Amino acid sequence: MSWPEFGIIVIRVLLTFVLLMLVTVINVWAERKIVADMQSRIGPTRAGPWGILQTVADGLKLFFKESVVPRKVELGMYLLAPFLAVIPAFLIFMMVPWGRPFTVGGYEVALQGADLNIGLLFILAMSSLAVYAVVLAGWSSGSKYPLIGGVRATAQAISYEAAMGLAMVAVVVYTATQGDGGTLSLAEIVQRQAGTWVGFIPRWNVFPQIAAFVIFMIAIVAETNRAPFDLVEAEQELVGGFHTEYSGMRFAMFFLAEYVNIFSMSAIAATIFLGGWNGPTFESFLPGFISGLLPTVWFLLKTYLIVFMFFWLRATLPRLRYDQLMTLGWKRLIPAALAWLVVSTVAIGIRQFGTPWS
Amino acid sequence: MGLITELLKGLRVTGGTMLRTITGKEVVTTEYPKEMRQKPQRFHGRHVLNRYPDGMEKCIGCELCAGACPANCIHVRGMDNDPVEPVSPGERFGFVYEINLLRCIFCGLCVEACPTEAITMTHLFEMSTTNRQDAIYTKDTLLMDEQGNVPHMYPDDPLADQKELDTAGGWVRATAPSGVAAYQGVQMWHGTPGPADWGAEPTQDVRDAKSTVEPGDG
Repeated sequence: MSWPEFGIIVIRVLLTFVLLMLVTVINVWAERKIVADMQSRIGPTRAGPWGILQTVADGLKLFFKESVVPRKVELGMYLLAPFLAVIPAFLIFMMVPWGRPFTVGGYEVALQGADLNIGLLFILAMSSLAVYAVVLAGWSSGSKYPLIGGVRATAQAISYEAAMGLAMVAVVVYTATQGDGGTLSLAEIVQRQAGTWVGFIPRWNVFPQIAAFVIFMIAIVAETNRAPFDLVEAEQELVGGFHTEYSGMRFAMFFLAEYVNIFSMSAIAATIFLGGWNGPTFESFLPGFISGLLPTVWFLLKTYLIVFMFFWLRATLPRLRYDQLMTLGWKRLIPAALAWLVVSTVAIGIRQFGTPWS
Repeated sequence: MGLITELLKGLRVTGGTMLRTITGKEVVTTEYPKEMRQKPQRFHGRHVLNRYPDGMEKCIGCELCAGACPANCIHVRGMDNDPVEPVSPGERFGFVYEINLLRCIFCGLCVEACPTEAITMTHLFEMSTTNRQDAIYTKDTLLMDEQGNVPHMYPDDPLADQKELDTAGGWVRATAPSGVAAYQGVQMWHGTPGPADWGAEPTQDVRDAKSTVEPGDG
């Protein structure tokens, strides 16, 4: 690997990281504003124009606060858990292509942290790892409410990850028919969604895979522990769940991880179902750099559409009871995902190879 | 299916509320220090000691307010008026007047008890202090100046009910030594019920209109 290539990789990762931090600052503020609007309030207005610097102020406050370590914690795990929460959250987003690759001086620059050929698998692996943070935080806190939160997290994550993975498999099977062989690379999946059907319907996976999309959406809400599936935190019953005993910067890291996860998961949904950065770029009459930036704008628009759904759901739905959560996961979503996988695979097979009796 | 329709119904409610809030139709929040809400007319805020339009203090030091106070938070001591330079139109005036606003329950019984409408309640409500001593309001803080203002957090804004504070009430003014000479010693009620908005008496001279007597000088 030559030095320029190495530099490009560093710049790619840094850009992705900065983008993620920036959108997280915006997201926390946006959630507070949107939820406030949905409750006839006005939300933060003091820090900066429209309160947009509220997250920065909150972060600074948390940074300067004391990180209390309770006496009964398992110290090693207790200190490790916040990092275990943040690192997978960032790594997940590293897989997502957030703009069209371009060429500078003979070098190809992909706007993506890393283009793994096993991207989707890596995402599933990382989102499973993120659960360890919650479980370890809950267990190592040495306190009963965090422990309950952690135990809930294990069951919840396992049941909804299955549905999420099965929904992804349906997409992967479909994507395999759209190009040359199957792929798990997100960049490749995005490229295979380019173009349109009958002139105006974009070739996004959401149209042929609508049921998988719905299942995936429900599963990622549960996977990121957001309302109405936020039983892990459950302020009213568990006083904050797994992060009850965390304060200061350690709490801020859990908070950061949660919002990074929301954005990453929304970005993945936008990427594998809504065509990622695909969209009209108007190259014929716009200057080059604008049509080069437009894919990023399309990507952010699609992602924020889903992020908005997260906020909307949070403002609307009450928290599920635990048995309802398990019923929805195991008796509804997983059978539905399996059934859809069978139906969609059979349909694809028939289109590909003809009916068995022909 | 029922679940999905219920879900959509809920989303419609929150979405609709959001649109109405963004367009400003349903915002219930008042950004308090920036914009002040109009308080009800009979709002029980902090007390003021009123003056007559000619500058005389209304308080006659009768201590009825202190007697009526259920929280025992008013402390009044009267003193005889100097016949040459009186502070109030009566025989005596309130020489010491203190209200402990930490004890006050803002019931307004002092206002009802006052025979001269000397003590009234304003719409002022920002009374936070950083020590207990500051919560005991003395005559310096309570007594209005000649423009009808008392020291408060927003010195540029006149009191909301200045007009009401300016109105003179009835016989005390008519029997005042600084009032019309013909009425001296004659008890008389103002003809119209309710507060009246009177200007200064044309016969008053400057000395009477602006009572310069300090409480200690009496």
